[in-house]
Amino acid sequence: MLADARALCPTLAVAPADLAGDRATLEALALWAQRWGPWSALDLPDGLVVDVTGVAHLFGGEAGLIADAARSLARRGFAARLAIAPTAGAAWALAHYGPEGAILHPGDSLDELPVAALRLDPATVLVLRRLGLKRIGELSGVARDALARRFRNHKAPAANPLIRLDQLRGLVPEPLLPVLPVDVPLVQRRLMEPIRHRSLLDQVLGDLCGDLVRVLEGRALGARRLELALWKVDGEVLQRRLELAAASRDPAHIAALFGRKLDDLDAGFGIELARLRAPWTEPLPLSQRDFEAAAEAHGTSLAACIDRLSIRLGPDAVRRPVPRASHVPERAQKWVPPLESESASQGDLPFHARPLKLLDRAEPIAVLYASPDGLPRRFRWRGQVHEIARAEGPERIAPEWWRERSTVRLRDYYRIEDGEGRRYWIYRAGLADDGRGGVPEWFLQGLCA
Amino acid sequence: MTAVAPSVVPALPAALALAPGGASHAELFASAQDCAGAAFALVLENQRAVPGDERPWLWVQDRASLRQTGRPYRPGLPRALRHRLIHVVTTTPEDALFALEEGLRCRDLAFVVGEMAGNPRALSLTAQRRLSLAAEKHGAVLWLVRVGAQRDLSSARQRWALRPAASLSPRWNPQAPGTPAWHAELFRARNHPPGEWILRDDGQALVAQPTQQSTHPVDLAGAAGDRPLAAG
Repeated sequence: MLADARALCPTLAVAPADLAGDRATLEALALWAQRWGPWSALDLPDGLVVDVTGVAHLFGGEAGLIADAARSLARRGFAARLAIAPTAGAAWALAHYGPEGAILHPGDSLDELPVAALRLDPATVLVLRRLGLKRIGELSGVARDALARRFRNHKAPAANPLIRLDQLRGLVPEPLLPVLPVDVPLVQRRLMEPIRHRSLLDQVLGDLCGDLVRVLEGRALGARRLELALWKVDGEVLQRRLELAAASRDPAHIAALFGRKLDDLDAGFGIELARLRAPWTEPLPLSQRDFEAAAEAHGTSLAACIDRLSIRLGPDAVRRPVPRASHVPERAQKWVPPLESESASQGDLPFHARPLKLLDRAEPIAVLYASPDGLPRRFRWRGQVHEIARAEGPERIAPEWWRERSTVRLRDYYRIEDGEGRRYWIYRAGLADDGRGGVPEWFLQGLCA
Repeated sequence: MTAVAPSVVPALPAALALAPGGASHAELFASAQDCAGAAFALVLENQRAVPGDERPWLWVQDRASLRQTGRPYRPGLPRALRHRLIHVVTTTPEDALFALEEGLRCRDLAFVVGEMAGNPRALSLTAQRRLSLAAEKHGAVLWLVRVGAQRDLSSARQRWALRPAASLSPRWNPQAPGTPAWHAELFRARNHPPGEWILRDDGQALVAQPTQQSTHPVDLAGAAGDRPLAAG
C-alpha cells in the first residue's frame, strides 16, 4: 500500500501512527473536558462524551456552551465537531453527520441523517444500503417486525439498527450514561486573568467555599467529601480531594483545610478556572454557624479537632481501639477511625488481668531459670537485669488454629513484678517437648500499670 | 511487705485535688522501662471521672515513646475510660505538640495525655508555656508524660517524678503481684509544698501514704535542689 502510494507521489510525508499516544491524549482531554460538565467518557477512537445536564446555565445557555467549547478546543489546536442532544446516540449522530454545532431541541427530527449516523459497523451499513434504506427516516417506513426478523441474529448494538435507533431516541437505556442524573453540588469561578499567586488563590478559594456553602444550605446538606479542581492555562488539571469526619458547612473551616493542601501547588502559567464540588453529602439541618470567634472562646468541636489532626498528621495517625474477637492478645484489639461507631462484641472477662500497654513487637528476653518448665528467676531486657520478685501464672493462650499455621507455638503468660516494683507481662513461646521447635523462648510483651 | 491493708485510709495529698478552674498542666517524669507515668495519670482521671461523662479523651504519643513503652492496650485500660480513647501517633515532637494543643482547644474532650520521649528541642520553655496557657484558657486537663527525660525548664503547674513501688500482696495469692502502687515525688508545684508519697490503687480508690523517710518535712523548708529559688 505504502509502496503504491509512494510510486504515485514520491514526496509523500510518512509518520507512524501512535495509537497509545492518541489514547493517552484523549484521556487527558476527557479529564480536561470536565470543565463543561462533571462527567465525561471516552468514545473511542476519537470522540468524547460529556454530561452537561444542568450545567449549561453556567455558560449562558447551550449555545454559549458550544461556542465556549469550540473556542477552547480551537485554542488548544484541536479540530472538533460539537453537538448537544438528550441522548449520547443523538449527540454522536449530530456531531458526525449533522450541521456544525448542532443542538437537538425537543421536536427536532433526525430522519434526514444517513443510516451510518446510527453508529453501525460497515457491514450492517452495507446491508441496509442494499435493502435501499439510506436515511434514518426510511427505517420507520419499513415494518418494525420485518427489520427485527431480518436482524434477529445480531445481538451487538453496532450490528442491529433497531437497537441503535431505540438508543438514539432514548427508548433503551445506554450504559454509557448514568440512569438518573446525579446532581452534585458544584460551584465554579472563571477567572478573567489567570492567577499565579497564592494570596489570590486563597481569595478565590474562600469565594468558592462561600458559594458552595450557600448551595448546600439551600438543600440542607453538609459536605463529607470535597473535590477542588484547578484548570491551568497549559491544559493541565490540578485536583485536591478532602474528606471530613462529619458533615460540615463551615466555609472558614473548609477553606482552612484546603489551604494546607495547596502548599505544594505549581500554578505554572496561571489558573484560569477553579471548581469546587461535593460528591458526597449528608443531610445537615440548618443550625447556628460556628464562628471562629466562638471556637476561640468556647473551644472547637470534636469533629473539627479530629479534622485538623488528621489533615496534618494523616488519617492513619488518629484512631481509636475497638475490641476484636480473638484470644491472641495483640490481635484482640484493632484500630478504627475515631468517630466510627463500635461494633457489638462479647464482653471481656474481668478476671483476665491485662497490661496497660503492649509493645508493637514482643521483645525477646534472656532468662535464667531454676527449672526449664518453671518461671525464670531473673531476666535481661534492654540490657538491664530484672530480678523476679512475684509472679502470677501461667495463663495459657493456645494459637488460633483457624487463623495460623500449625507450627505456631502456644504461649504461657506470666504477670510478674520485679524487685523494684516494675510490673511486666511476659510469656514463654511453646513447651520444651511440644515438637514444634527447640528450647522455648521468652518474650516480654506488655507493661502493666 | 505484709498483707495487712492499712486500717485508716489516708487522704490523698491536696496537690492531687483538681484546681478550682478545672485546668491543670502536670508533667510526669518516668523511666522508659515502665509505664508508671501514663498509669498514674489514668488512675487519677479514672477516679475523678464523673459518672455519665462519655466525652472521649486524647492520648498523643510521639514515635520514640511508642517504640520504648508500647501502645495503649484497650483491655488493660481502666474500665470507665477504655471505650472513650482516641489515640494519636505523631512522627515528630513538633507534631505531638500541635496535637496536644489542638486537643486542649477542643471542648468535647475530657482530658489530654501526652507522651514524649527524651528532651526534644521542640519541647522548649516557650512550647511548654503555650500548652499551659491553652490549658488555662480552655479549662482543660493536660498530663504530659516525659519518658526517660531530664528535668529541664518547664512552665508546668505541677511536676512529678514517678516510679513503680512494690505492691501489696493480694489476700488470696500472696505470690502474685498486687494492685499497682507508685512512688510519687512532687518536686515542683505552684501552690503546694513538695512531697513524696506512695500512692496505691486499692481496688476502689487511690490512697496515699507518706514515705517513711520523707526528705521534705512539713515544718522545714525543702532543699532548693534543681528548682529555681524565685518560685513562680
